[in-house]
Amino acid sequence: MDFQLTDDQRALKAGVRELLAARFGRERLRAAVDEGPRLDRALWRELGEAGFFALRLPEADGGVGLGLPEAVLVFEEAGRVLLPGPLIATHLAAGVVDGAATGETVVTAVDGGGLVEWLAEADVVRGDATGAEPLRPVDPLTPLHRVPVSGGAGLTGVRPVGSTGALPTAPLTSLFTAAEQLGTAARACETAVQHARAREQFGQPIGAFQAIKHLCAQMLVRVELARAAVYAAAVTADPVDIAAARLLADEAAVRGARDCLQVHGGMGFTWESDVHLFLKRAWTRTQRTGGVTESEELLAADLVSAVGR
Amino acid sequence: MDLTYTPEEEEFRARLREWLAGVLPALPPKPSPDDWPGRRAYDLGWQRMLYDAGYAGLHWPVDAGGRGATPTQHLIYLEETEKAGAPYVGANFVGLLHAGPTIASEGTPAQRARWLPPVLRGEEVWCQGFSEPDAGSDLAALRTRAWRDGDDYVVSGSKIWTSHAEVADWCELLVRTDPAAPKHRGISWLAMPMDAPGITVRPLRTLAGSTEFAEVFLDEVRVPVSHRVGAENDGWRVTMVTLSYERGTAFVGEVVACRRVLGEVAREARKNGRWDDPALRRRLGGLNAEFRALWRLTQWNVSEAQRNGGVPGVGGSVFKLRYSHARQELYDAAAEVLGPEALDLGREWTLDRLSSLSYTIAAGTSQIQHNIVAERILGLPKGR
Ligand SMILES: Cc1cc2nc3c(=O)[nH]c(=O)nc-3n(C[C@H](O)[C@H](O)[C@H](O)COP(=O)(O)OP(=O)(O)OC[C@H]3O[C@@H](n4cnc5c(N)ncnc54)[C@H](O)[C@@H]3O)c2cc1C
Repeated sequence: MDFQLTDDQRALKAGVRELLAARFGRERLRAAVDEGPRLDRALWRELGEAGFFALRLPEADGGVGLGLPEAVLVFEEAGRVLLPGPLIATHLAAGVVDGAATGETVVTAVDGGGLVEWLAEADVVRGDATGAEPLRPVDPLTPLHRVPVSGGAGLTGVRPVGSTGALPTAPLTSLFTAAEQLGTAARACETAVQHARAREQFGQPIGAFQAIKHLCAQMLVRVELARAAVYAAAVTADPVDIAAARLLADEAAVRGARDCLQVHGGMGFTWESDVHLFLKRAWTRTQRTGGVTESEELLAADLVSAVGR
Repeated sequence: MDLTYTPEEEEFRARLREWLAGVLPALPPKPSPDDWPGRRAYDLGWQRMLYDAGYAGLHWPVDAGGRGATPTQHLIYLEETEKAGAPYVGANFVGLLHAGPTIASEGTPAQRARWLPPVLRGEEVWCQGFSEPDAGSDLAALRTRAWRDGDDYVVSGSKIWTSHAEVADWCELLVRTDPAAPKHRGISWLAMPMDAPGITVRPLRTLAGSTEFAEVFLDEVRVPVSHRVGAENDGWRVTMVTLSYERGTAFVGEVVACRRVLGEVAREARKNGRWDDPALRRRLGGLNAEFRALWRLTQWNVSEAQRNGGVPGVGGSVFKLRYSHARQELYDAAAEVLGPEALDLGREWTLDRLSSLSYTIAAGTSQIQHNIVAERILGLPKGR
């Protein structure tokens, strides 16, 4: 057992972080917020070239041939910078929908929860989006449509691809969502700590006050627990592990963003600070398939199932 | 990232399982929680069996009499012994998990030869004399004095919350050897024999009704200078070594135990109908996530330690913060499942619920752990 990142995994993570810092840094994020939700097709193709979507496709099919753990590390980095767009749906469509693997085609999907992200901007929609109504989305960078209950049967019957071909798309969506939440949670914790070191009140950095210190420590504890759970779920691809990872990652991201806001005081309540973007994206992701209720029920059933013990 | 075990590790697990299956049925019945001499004998007997089978001091270095096992083997050992329902380290806790490792890394050859083998063979029990009535979280404020008189220190003062003091042979004792020095600089770490004249042990009753710990009064107790581990006045550094071991792997087996208890709680809820309450059912599901993740965090920390040559890091504080809380939540949920029966001290979970209250206090309170995480991991400024 060596439950740590391999050198290759470290290098992959660092490479993706570098790419995203260059192509979707803080200024780009803020510009995107000002411009409104429009998909950056050039960036999408660059992600495709970097292997973001084809990561788990076998090399024989033109993919990168990596596995779930690598995909999770990549989605974690995407979560860190709040990279917008139907990233998971396009990734899951690589090898199924033409052009998805290369980033030529933008694919979105009707989520089990009845929402579709980026419907108007996507080239292909998986699932039945008949009668979809736009919402005024809380997250400025995630346009949303709501699908009537009768429609949107989800993705049953669609051939899943990649190294874990046996797993249907719903658990994978939940796992990658958890990875994005983990990235956002870690970023919120770092942002809070930076601010706590720099901002002075009563003649000292606010980070010297225990009330602030303890908020930051709790953020880190949630991040580290979620990280262990998300990485382990990526290794085992076990639906119960995925449910656990999702619960802890949702918690780490949502509570982390709220605590980050509190550490920023009045500044945290402004449009100019990035903190609300963390929180709004984290909230948006909690609505995807495999959310709290679903995960808790699955984990409860595991406790009393014969195989669960 | 690899969660599979090597063939050697699997073989180690298989042999251990087989051995446990052979010896556990023949163990005498567990003594009652308040029978301390009985508990001592039981725990030492188990230690002797481990020693004879080659499992004693698994994670200790070979030159300290240990088996030099890898952190992963140690993890497997803790997992399997707990799953098999083997006895807990019990009264051997301090000797095996912190005094022993501290002496192994900081002691002289003579000190290692004197104190380590009896711990491994199950012949001597240690206790921890760190806390004092006025020095708990602020451990460096301790006032128990030791002054030199020839080849001895003469020690006077008092200690409190000393677990297992009633049945201990030795005490890892912190004393102030230089009252003029800044508070962290004048401390020394001594091994004190518990039968020395001048020691009075007064058992304290815990909220669970048992006599888990005691107050220890020291009235001019003579401790040979040769019993000092580390240099004079360098005891604070030695103490940090001890505390890193205390938070390192101490809770691993307990996470496995909590997962087992959670399964039992769920099955109890199924039997008595409480399972139909979705809020309660989902709460138990959430706890399942919690303990699964804590187990993954353990595997993560152990793998990290293995890469760093076996040294436990401050990551132990991250683990302890969440685990101590989760354990309390587990027994609160168990009480919810039991309903009125949760008030019956005859139920095992009721006693466990009471004892879980100590987890956010003992071995450094949650508030102190938060400070450690914030200052030493996140690098936030020290408060005044
Ligand atoms: C079951 C049990 C077994 C124990 N066994 C042993 C043993 O074998 N040997 C031994 O030496 N000790 C032992 N202890 C003692 C234990 O280490 C101390 O109880 C613990 O360190 C807290 O010290 P205290 O009890 O003096 O509480 P205090 O230090 O008085 O703390 C009281 C409250 O104030 C808070 N507080 C204190 N300082 C700060 C701060 N700087 N910032 C924020 N909050 C603060 C604490 O978190 C706590 O909530 C044991 C304790 C228990 C409960």
